[in-house]
Amino acid sequence: MKSLEDLKKLRDEAKRNMNMRHIKGGIRIQVGMGTCGIAAGAGLALKRLMDEIEENNLKNIFVTQVGCMGECAFEPIVEVIEENGSHSIYCQVSERMVDEIVEEHLMGGRPIEKYLLSARKR
Amino acid sequence: MLENIHILICGGTECLGSKSKDIRFEFDRHLEKYGLLGEAKTVMTGCFGLCESGPVIVVYPDEVFYSHVQVGDVEEIVSEHILNGRPVERLRFKEPIDYKKIKNYSELKFYSKQKRIALRNCGSINPLDILEYIGRDGYLALGKVLTEMTPLEVIETMKASGLRGRGGGGFPTGLKWEFASKSIDDQKYVICNADEGDPGAFMDRAILEGDPHSVLEAMAICGYAIGSNQGYIYIRAEYPVAVERLRIAINQAKEYDLLGKNIFNSGFDFEIELRLGAGAFVCGEETALIASIEGERGMPRNKPPFPAVRGLWDHPTNVNNVETLANVPVVFLKGAKWFKSIGTAKSSGTKVFALGGKIQNTGLLEVPMGTTLREVIFDIGGGIPNKRKFKAVQTGGPSGGCITEESLDTPIDFDNLVQLGSMMGSGGMIVMDEDNCMVDVARFYLDFTVEESCGKCTPCREGTKRMLDILDRICEGKGTMDDLRILEKLGNMIKDTSLCGLGQTAPNPVLSTLKHFRSEYLAHVMDKVCPAGVCSNLTTFTVTDRCIGCTKCLKNCPVGAITGKVKEKHLINPDLCIRCGACKVSCPVNAITSKPVDWEGEQNV
Repeated sequence: MKSLEDLKKLRDEAKRNMNMRHIKGGIRIQVGMGTCGIAAGAGLALKRLMDEIEENNLKNIFVTQVGCMGECAFEPIVEVIEENGSHSIYCQVSERMVDEIVEEHLMGGRPIEKYLLSARKR
Repeated sequence: MLENIHILICGGTECLGSKSKDIRFEFDRHLEKYGLLGEAKTVMTGCFGLCESGPVIVVYPDEVFYSHVQVGDVEEIVSEHILNGRPVERLRFKEPIDYKKIKNYSELKFYSKQKRIALRNCGSINPLDILEYIGRDGYLALGKVLTEMTPLEVIETMKASGLRGRGGGGFPTGLKWEFASKSIDDQKYVICNADEGDPGAFMDRAILEGDPHSVLEAMAICGYAIGSNQGYIYIRAEYPVAVERLRIAINQAKEYDLLGKNIFNSGFDFEIELRLGAGAFVCGEETALIASIEGERGMPRNKPPFPAVRGLWDHPTNVNNVETLANVPVVFLKGAKWFKSIGTAKSSGTKVFALGGKIQNTGLLEVPMGTTLREVIFDIGGGIPNKRKFKAVQTGGPSGGCITEESLDTPIDFDNLVQLGSMMGSGGMIVMDEDNCMVDVARFYLDFTVEESCGKCTPCREGTKRMLDILDRICEGKGTMDDLRILEKLGNMIKDTSLCGLGQTAPNPVLSTLKHFRSEYLAHVMDKVCPAGVCSNLTTFTVTDRCIGCTKCLKNCPVGAITGKVKEKHLINPDLCIRCGACKVSCPVNAITSKPVDWEGEQNV
């Protein structure tokens, strides 16, 4: 990095990519892969998610791993961020739930309310 | 992204039903009208869970909740709040008295009471991709510092921010940097203390796993300020995920020339290397940590000379904790004044706490200094599970003390916690309920410090061991009143005479429980009873008249010591009972107790 301008240019480009604004209907999926998440089985959920996305040939979905968001008791956490800025935070996600999320939410466009953090956390 | 105003409009089914779509359209129209489109944007979100108060609108970053918003209210919000920064009080969400009416009460509190500075990126960026960090204004602070500020200005900014060390002691970071910068030497070092040893604290790990670049950036800023070009991160090998992500982060930063030679064409070089520790608690003490990096046995030495004068390989060294460093870039991005405005007068900024123990929502949270313990435990943490009663919270891990119910409304900051006989420590918070025996808790922490004492100085090596012996005796029912007196005397002596922080704080759990829960100690010593039913030698479980005869305890007893019929009061045979407590846990009406009949210890003598 040679100047502040270079950095800012890089930042703006990165920001655009992260917001998924560059693809129509793009979805960013964040899987919590801190130690807490991994211990709760986030690795399995992540793998299943990738497999399912590939198997169903879904496009414009960007899956990434992130650190701990603080809700360690509710790991594994999978956060689906859609182009319109809506966040759906799924918690205690099992492989079976991944299948449902892919089918209902990613393919059908209907978030599964009962699996959301807001519904499970009372 | 940080500067933008976000207007979140609930797009849940209920709110859509009350025209939240029209409200969004109206917002967009007025934002355009007032020329605010670059400043603010509207976002439709999922259900907030406050459906009865819908349509709900939240304005970030102020975190202002509006409820029952009508299309006609939109212009007022835009012109007053967005343009002039004055929230429209009339429409603000008021907490109803009946909390049950809110579907996700805990979650609302969870979001609204937190302020994430150190954890700003944790859980929302990919730690393996430097571009995502850069996309969140990463390395911008370093760029600004290197191209626009002198080292002296950097230190002045840090001092003005009022940031204090988050590792435990709470020493002002700016001052620490100043001391190191004033030492004259060709070679100086920056060390990041990532030896998180406090059982029950995991915020450093979360930061390193979730946002490693923020620590690297801060270390480079510190290096520039004090005149160092070499940094070390001392991290325990027990954190393999964090180690791996740090390695990747360092390599990526080098690829982008954000570490290495001539960063930002400023002539400033900075390298960072990892040093793995074996996980000794004492190595969190800075002089022991430095000894460990040098390849010596991890043992503390006398201070002064402080590391800022003579540290790693006898060169001036600045040691900062992970969480402290994670705050640094934000101080430079948003300004010292902004940082100073958060928190209390003497403790600015936020603190990350790791909530554990008997708490509904185990996890990490970050709140402004000055938040009360009650808010942290009951509002954000969701309170105690299984309808049990709150008893105490242990802050600061094995070096801290217990805080009881009556002190729950104290605003948390460094000085207040010390006044309560505890300390901030790294920010671990273990919540205890009525089923925890405080003597046993004290014994647990002391057992830890006995194991972790390095053995260099006698008070810590021998004294803590003797204290543990006494506690063991008390838990077995062989304690005497003399033991309590000796415990206190020995504890204070160890505090006064130990070499390093480990020994100086090791008696804290015992001394604070002795002070706040003396009645429990007395019950163990005089009545030979453990009121909480933990110390098995001193426990007799009995069934009270509250029993509804559901037979759950009977089915759960592993040794068949319980007899009784459906809808009749059950009976425990003390000769068969092994004091495992399975019956107490399974009882739906809390009818099984280990407390003596006339126990009044809850009043905390």
